[in-house]
Amino acid sequence: MNRRTIAITIGAVALVALPSLASMADEPYLVTLFSRILIYALAAVSLDLMLGFGGMVSLGHAAFFGIGAYVVVILSFHAVEGTALLTWPLQLDGHQSVLVVWPIAVLLAAAAAAVIGALSLRTSGMHFIMITLAFAQMLYYFFVSLEAYGGDDGLSLFSRNTAPGIDLGDERQFYYLCLAALAAFLFFSWRLVHSRFGMVIRGCMENERRMKSLGFATFRYRLVCFVIAGAGAGLAGALIANQTEYVSPGLMHWTRSGEILVMVLLGGMGTLFGPVLGAATLLLVEELLSIYTEHWMVYLGPFLILVVLFAKRGIYGVLAGGNGNHD
Amino acid sequence: MTDVLLAVRSLVKRFGAVKASNGFSIDVARGELHALIGPNGAGKTTALNQLSGELAPDSGEIDFDGRRITRLPIHRRARLGLARSYQITSVFDHLTVKENLSLAIVAHNGHSFRFWRKAGDDPVIHRAIEPAMVRVGLEDRADVVAANLSHGEKRQLEVGMALVGHPKMLLLDEPYAGMGPGGAVELTKLIQRLKAEFTILLVEHDMRAVFTLADRITVLVYGQVIASGPPDTIRTNPAVRQAYLGDDLMEQG
Repeated sequence: MNRRTIAITIGAVALVALPSLASMADEPYLVTLFSRILIYALAAVSLDLMLGFGGMVSLGHAAFFGIGAYVVVILSFHAVEGTALLTWPLQLDGHQSVLVVWPIAVLLAAAAAAVIGALSLRTSGMHFIMITLAFAQMLYYFFVSLEAYGGDDGLSLFSRNTAPGIDLGDERQFYYLCLAALAAFLFFSWRLVHSRFGMVIRGCMENERRMKSLGFATFRYRLVCFVIAGAGAGLAGALIANQTEYVSPGLMHWTRSGEILVMVLLGGMGTLFGPVLGAATLLLVEELLSIYTEHWMVYLGPFLILVVLFAKRGIYGVLAGGNGNHD
Repeated sequence: MTDVLLAVRSLVKRFGAVKASNGFSIDVARGELHALIGPNGAGKTTALNQLSGELAPDSGEIDFDGRRITRLPIHRRARLGLARSYQITSVFDHLTVKENLSLAIVAHNGHSFRFWRKAGDDPVIHRAIEPAMVRVGLEDRADVVAANLSHGEKRQLEVGMALVGHPKMLLLDEPYAGMGPGGAVELTKLIQRLKAEFTILLVEHDMRAVFTLADRITVLVYGQVIASGPPDTIRTNPAVRQAYLGDDLMEQG
């Protein structure tokens, strides 16, 4: 067993055992906090898929996160009101069930990613960063001005979604649902980066021009990667809406995209597991420091700079060893 | 010159006021090794970039294997069998020899929207990888990361990647650049082997290599062809000697 396997096993065991540990320590709040961490980890892993393997630096990833979240709350809002969301071109009623709502959340996030990606991927480098940011801000202002759904103030979720056999209202069960979603997405991503598709995507990151001259229509591959990442963020968004039982446009503000990006860099870009560590570190540090000061970012900033300067593969690289090896 | 594989007619490419290609025409016959030479700034790379599809010409036409490809994107030309190797070696440095060649293999075998199975288990790769490594003599270096290869080995890998798709024609962009004398001898042997199998357009500074290898030579000056023919007539052509005035490399060939 190498260091990497040991590190991942310890992490997995700790996450599975967490609710029990929390109840033993009589700190039930920990379960809520870690649900949140798992959800952000899912968003960060999805960003890592396009950033760390596809070389696409997006500052608009929170847009898809926000779309997933809004889908949950808006559909629930209509379900509670008993009104239809759409009557034309098709009748669409509100809904509360996970099995209906979450696929819609994921598909809509993916569709938005397809549109935004198709336009953004015609640019590269700094232009790509700016255009993804611009699209996310457009969506942000769209939801700010959407008075029917709370506008600037956001909208509360009347009750968490329902699912057969699971009570999402139970913090412990909800925690395990988040953990399962993260584990499934991690496994899927891990298979993906080692597949033929993953090989092509990594090739595009290293030298897109060369990939074209080999005969790859690189645009399509990068777009599909972008869409998969958007879908992952959409799923995370559906989870966060249920966790906080509230959405606001702030969920898709560019600073949120920046936070997710920081989680990836902190944990280790191109490592998949690293962003989970990054999300945990960022949110825990925020939690701890904000007890003492509201200017916690002042302390986190230098720490982040040190990590980026000295640990190329982030925290994960330090823990798992073998810098530069993502297999 | 009966069977023309690549026919280029009057390419013009302007960069501002400069005409980097000024009515550039060339015919490459099937099976020949055609060298494109010219002094620095003659527009060789610009010409090559238009052939491979990285630059769009302002006017002119390019026909390849009986098809007009002037406006096709790079990856489509590559799939039609027009393979290019680069001046600045551009193998994938972080990938191993095997992975580099695998990428080239999958490029020519259907789509790669396969998300689940491990790439190494893909039968398409499995079948083609050994012969691809043997062909360029890198079978013992399969798991070496490309960044750790010697300059010459990188070249071999680069060429190997171009060969994987069984191209109809190779565009070799200054393969001798930055090559030591030992590597150059190896490379000449490799190109001589390739010559038997492929039609090649060789853009090269190294006159010794050009006159050793080429069946025909086209000389480019200021974006225009000033001479085209077998090595012997090129060597004695007064216009060519004028262009290379003071360049004693012409004497060596």
